[in-house]
Amino acid sequence: MDGTSEVGLRINGKPFSRVIDNRTTLLDLLREQAGVTGPKKGCDHGQCGACTVLLDGDRRVNACLLLAVSLDGADVTTVEGLADGDRLHPVQQAFVDHDGFQCGFCTPGQICSAVAAIAEARAGWPSVVTPPDTPPGPVEPTAAEIRERMSGNLCRCGAYVNIVAAVREVAR
Amino acid sequence: MKTFQYERPADADTAVALLADAPTGAYLGGGTNLVDLMKLGVAAPDLLVDVSRLPFDAVEETGTGGLRIGAAVRNSTLAVHPLVRERYPVLSQALLSGASTQLRNAATVGGNLLQRTRCPYFQDVGKPCNKRRPGTGCPAREGAHRDLAVLGASEHCVATNPSDMAVALAALDAIVDVASGHGPRRVPLTDLHRLPGDAPDRDTTLRHGELITAVELPPPMPGARSAYRKARDRASYAFALASVGAVLQVREGLVHHVRVAFGALAAKPWRARTAEEALLGEPATTASFDDAVRHELAAARPLRDNGYKVPLARRMAVSMLTELAAASAGGTP
Repeated sequence: MDGTSEVGLRINGKPFSRVIDNRTTLLDLLREQAGVTGPKKGCDHGQCGACTVLLDGDRRVNACLLLAVSLDGADVTTVEGLADGDRLHPVQQAFVDHDGFQCGFCTPGQICSAVAAIAEARAGWPSVVTPPDTPPGPVEPTAAEIRERMSGNLCRCGAYVNIVAAVREVAR
Repeated sequence: MKTFQYERPADADTAVALLADAPTGAYLGGGTNLVDLMKLGVAAPDLLVDVSRLPFDAVEETGTGGLRIGAAVRNSTLAVHPLVRERYPVLSQALLSGASTQLRNAATVGGNLLQRTRCPYFQDVGKPCNKRRPGTGCPAREGAHRDLAVLGASEHCVATNPSDMAVALAALDAIVDVASGHGPRRVPLTDLHRLPGDAPDRDTTLRHGELITAVELPPPMPGARSAYRKARDRASYAFALASVGAVLQVREGLVHHVRVAFGALAAKPWRARTAEEALLGEPATTASFDDAVRHELAAARPLRDNGYKVPLARRMAVSMLTELAAASAGGTP
């Protein structure tokens, strides 16, 4: 009973395999074993969203609450995997253009979360502030929708106003 | 975190057999509560049996027009499912009211039901807590209990169950399918969670090793309306101070079918059966709703700092029922 397992996943398109302690979270695997330090450790309890990464496409999750051992075969995208070479992802560019950060600690999580939030609204996922009689189809990215959809990402600098503007520009 | 073994069986029978042999093991769903509790030292399983990839990931219509929801379906998937949005809006709204998208993307239906009933003292291993360590006492009764239970609590525990989804499922008369080494059984959702009594360490009526495989909803009542509403300290991403889920069917101005369930008032989703019985056949008016809900909440026994929950829950339920009546076919505004 040694409490270790072999796990294999893809991180930003690159295969990563290793025998790990079963207690290793995805966040710790990324930061301490794979050298991918974009996802940040804020609260480490799923409350702040600084560790947000994308699983198997656009499924945003808190990397701090996922055991890496349970993700064998998964495809993980972090903020490092969003840009196309030297060209920033449109959400990254919008955060720069709108000054959507101050200290920057929450930003990698904010950006990953926003990429998924935009995809979800386009796919017609309602949020709790979407009126129940809204017809199927893409959801209009109002400020209220963006605030609700991004509520899992806290910013202690309070850059929310500019974050909403950045997300809104790309979502439109 | 204590070290543990990890298994990911391919089928439910193997999962059940693995946990039957591991008295201090646990099933792992999305992990959003369990992994957190393991980090806090509140939970210390020596074996995790990962059931998140078992083939219980479908949402399907039943032969009778109801809905069968696999236990491994993610909360976010269920919330946006077209049949759930169309036929069970109370469930879609409850799910979307809970946690953040990141957590809903990880959390499973089975795991949501089995998240711990809890309070800040339960989560702090430096404090006494009858739920975490029976017999050590309950500091919440004299301490920070503004968020805690006003109905069905005991001298041993005043924790609340934080699930929004379970409140909607209680209002929908959902049935929980459970597998175990003794064969399958079906548990009404309202019998799944238990009040603390003198055993606050037990949140549910499940025995060790029993595995939730699905949740089944009866067919929607024709013409009925349903909704979920949640009051909290911030606009989003917070536990409820009080919440209400309701289903209402009105015929010729009279209440023909009604279900009301409260969240954040008790250790389990609180089905308002007293109010429901009082309303059957009565005019679907604000006055009837107010009378019935007052009758229900007369059972509340608030502590020093959580008495506000009683009028809050009452006003939420009465205004929601009034709105549902106005929207109902043949309803009187």
